[in-house]
Amino acid sequence: MTTNNWTPEQPIVSVKDVHKSFGELEVLKGISFDVMKGEVICIIGPSGSGKSTLIRCINALNEINSGSIKVHGLEVNDPDLNKLELRKNVGMVFQQYNLFPHKTALENIMMAPMLVLKESKEEVRAKAEVLISKVRLDDKKNSYPGELSGGQQQRVAIARSLAMNPDVILFDEVTAALDPETVKEVLVTIQDLASEGMTCILVTHEMGFARELADHIYFTDRGVIVEHGPPATFFKKAKDPRTKEFLSQIL
Amino acid sequence: MFNNFNKIPGVTSFQSKTDLPVLLPYQARSSGDPLDLRFSRWLASSSPWLMFALFLLVSLYPMAVMAQSKYTLEDAFSTLWRWLPFVVGSGFVMNLLISFFTMLIGTATGILLGLGQISLLPPVRKLSWFTTQLFRNSPWLVLLFIVMLTFPFEIEIGDSITHIPDWMKAVFGLSLPIMANISEVVRGAVQSVPTGQWEAAESLAYSRTQTIWKIILPQCFKRMIPPWMNWYAILTMATPLVSLLGVEEIVTLSRQAMEAEDNHPELLIPFFGFALFLFFAYCYPIARWTLKLEERYSVKL
Repeated sequence: MTTNNWTPEQPIVSVKDVHKSFGELEVLKGISFDVMKGEVICIIGPSGSGKSTLIRCINALNEINSGSIKVHGLEVNDPDLNKLELRKNVGMVFQQYNLFPHKTALENIMMAPMLVLKESKEEVRAKAEVLISKVRLDDKKNSYPGELSGGQQQRVAIARSLAMNPDVILFDEVTAALDPETVKEVLVTIQDLASEGMTCILVTHEMGFARELADHIYFTDRGVIVEHGPPATFFKKAKDPRTKEFLSQIL
Repeated sequence: MFNNFNKIPGVTSFQSKTDLPVLLPYQARSSGDPLDLRFSRWLASSSPWLMFALFLLVSLYPMAVMAQSKYTLEDAFSTLWRWLPFVVGSGFVMNLLISFFTMLIGTATGILLGLGQISLLPPVRKLSWFTTQLFRNSPWLVLLFIVMLTFPFEIEIGDSITHIPDWMKAVFGLSLPIMANISEVVRGAVQSVPTGQWEAAESLAYSRTQTIWKIILPQCFKRMIPPWMNWYAILTMATPLVSLLGVEEIVTLSRQAMEAEDNHPELLIPFFGFALFLFFAYCYPIARWTLKLEERYSVKL
């Protein structure tokens, strides 16, 4: 990976005063936060508060209007940015899994490292086999996405993202489309990643998960970060009335 | 009874028993414009008995005429029978040949044009869009005339002169509207792939070309087959147009055969009826097959 000017003492993701509008509608109104390597960050907040837009800006799926996002030293808001270089560093897992339906689970995992990173097929296959057993789907590696349950598809999607060896993985409400029983299997997978030191940024509604695993929680409402803190203080000593109201509704 | 009108292409009528959408039958992927199979649906909705009905018409009509003429049914049929190898072997085969080559060229250029329509470069996109719309909305006969009359009948390469036969020019002429319509099929199919697939590929650092060729097109390939076959059937039915330009296909040759037989009016229905029968027998199974594939592919994915 290109290391450029990034050093481990610096935040791996640094968001500064980010503004983003869709036409007239301003979705992000000056968001700033830093993520250190190995941290798990949870972004929570009511629907339409701009959480998903925010993390989609981090890998340039959405462009920002002003401000700065630095990922591993790469400036996302730079018009000359090589988006492919950025996205090799940043993995993403979606609410709707978005597996490629014409490829098997294993092929889904193998495709990007082979096509994008130009790694050899044997090398990639060995890596993919390790990853698929890591997400506990050895018996499903030759199944097509249509034959897998939502939770299984989501775990393949996580493995697919891991196969690119990213520095950060973005999770965009990854359990929101799942049955309550299968939510847990996906959360356990993310937990494993976090314990291995993977930097994770999650947009989530799973408060129990956020409380247990997050190093830091950000609460957003109407395009701004209203309150943030480590879970211990965040859940017990919320000061802002909006946070209190949200937490009282959800807990 | 209103539902019968739906069998006429372009006419839509329905009886609304309920206005609650949830109570209406689920329609997997309502056929939008680019993937429309109206023609195949219409053709396939006719009864297979129509084939025999056509055949009966061909054989019975001369009986009515026969009464007033010395030309008997037997005469008309033995005439048709005598000319059959000529009309089919040199005529209908030529129609099929034209349809194959037109489809080949039209598909290859149509795919390129369709990809041009989703290009990120505005000039390429706009030019592709304009070309598509131009040829999609022009009368086929006008395009044929333009190509037939403006294309040279021979080209000089170095010192060898290559003669371009009429039917080849007809192929170029018919390829234009087919190209434009296949372009729309490609664009429609590509756009029918959920945006999540693009985003997933983008977030895995696929380049746009890789995304299109490795992720998007393989997924919509199956979906393009039914509309593609629909256009093939339409094209085959349209090939007799080239008879107006003197290309020797089934209609031209039927007329020549009748002229050679002193233009007996009793021959008109058997000869043209036979042509009708051939086209129906060829295109009807294609239409049925198209709808079958459409059904199968719309369930999957």
